[in-house]
Amino acid sequence: MTRGTIRAWYLVHKWTSLICTLFLLMLCLTGLPLIFHDEIDAVSGEPDQSAVAGAPSSSDGPGLKSLDAMLAKVLATKPGDVPVFMAFDNETPLMTITTAPRPDSKGAEMTIHVLNRATGETTGQETEEGLMHFLLQLHTDMFLGLPGMLFLGLMGLLFVIALVSGTVLYAPFMRKLDFGTLRVSRSKRLRQIDYHNLLGIVALAWMTVVGLTGVINAAATPLRQMWQMGELAEMTQTYKGQPPLPPSRYGSIDKAMAEVRKARPGNNPQFIAFPGGAFSSRHHYAVFLQGTSKLTEHVLTPALVDAEKGVLTDIRQMPWYMVALSYSQPLHFGDYGALPLKILWAILDLFTLYVLWTGIQLWFGKRRTSADAHVREVESGGLVVPAE
Amino acid sequence: MTTKSKTRARSLRTVFAVPLVMGVLSLIGLMSALAGDGLADRLSWAALAMPVLAVAWAMRRRRR
Repeated sequence: MTRGTIRAWYLVHKWTSLICTLFLLMLCLTGLPLIFHDEIDAVSGEPDQSAVAGAPSSSDGPGLKSLDAMLAKVLATKPGDVPVFMAFDNETPLMTITTAPRPDSKGAEMTIHVLNRATGETTGQETEEGLMHFLLQLHTDMFLGLPGMLFLGLMGLLFVIALVSGTVLYAPFMRKLDFGTLRVSRSKRLRQIDYHNLLGIVALAWMTVVGLTGVINAAATPLRQMWQMGELAEMTQTYKGQPPLPPSRYGSIDKAMAEVRKARPGNNPQFIAFPGGAFSSRHHYAVFLQGTSKLTEHVLTPALVDAEKGVLTDIRQMPWYMVALSYSQPLHFGDYGALPLKILWAILDLFTLYVLWTGIQLWFGKRRTSADAHVREVESGGLVVPAE
Repeated sequence: MTTKSKTRARSLRTVFAVPLVMGVLSLIGLMSALAGDGLADRLSWAALAMPVLAVAWAMRRRRR
């Protein structure tokens, strides 16, 4: 590698890292407790949901109350509201029904009601408060909505470029060193640089996957809008130009669900989106079916049912970019392989934090020296320390 | 100059041999838990633990 090439990659590494590091530090710090949010919720007094007896609410198992009855129960306590979402669980009979003043209300105006489909009782409302929710919001969009999400996505992209350029610089740096060399007793700078390189290179694949899936998750809103305006509009083409269906004319959800189950026996819904919202047309119940195996359960397939008449309009596979979004969620959260996977996720997150931290220190310590001096440091495996 | 820096320069293949193994193991770890439960989960834990164990090994054997 020529000196000019090293210099170019060094500058890419320096600047992409400098711009994204503060935000990445925030993401790693808030992400760490979020990995364990189920476990933390369980010990911090949230009702223990796993102990609720009965068939899963996503199934059509025996003893479950009808969806129409559950909805009527919620609407009676919230007069004037209309239904927006219904979401189901694969382990317990618990489900949620989201209502809002209008079908296209903003998230802040929505109320999420938690119900038990086995007993038919309302068990409470999901609150958007508490530390975990605060951390999640900070991690997702820094309380800035869509612009915040897209901004963090951009930071993720810079992080991935920093990973690539760091890997390129690893080659000339390690030319005369064995893998894993940690020179801890010579100078603080040499120790930091060796740890920065070792932790960075062993966690490289994990950091790249979590970084890229984070970028895809940050683009969830535009991706969903692209699907809604493209595929979904095509699926419901015959309804184009019709006035929106008023909530007073919504038909039976149980009938709609029965139609879907007839067409796709064995598939359970993850959630149902009501007409006029962000996940459906203005005339349909959009039933999002889960796959039947562990590999496909994350990939949802929309079934669109005429919300007034209860007849099936279309079922179609999601386009590739929505499939990518579906897999990006577990691959970013690390919640798909039980507690040991979460613990490994946390350790690799700590590795990333240390790489970011040593990166800041390495930059700050020699921030006034020339790029050429830094190139010589890389070329010599850290032995030629840049002069002040 | 120390004796270490006089040693012969390593090829790209040598420099990236262990990192490549770590990367492949990480990807196997990330994917296998997606594909199934039980055995697939255990494979995932074992594979993804390798990068962590590599650091522990380096801290014991490669500190100088």
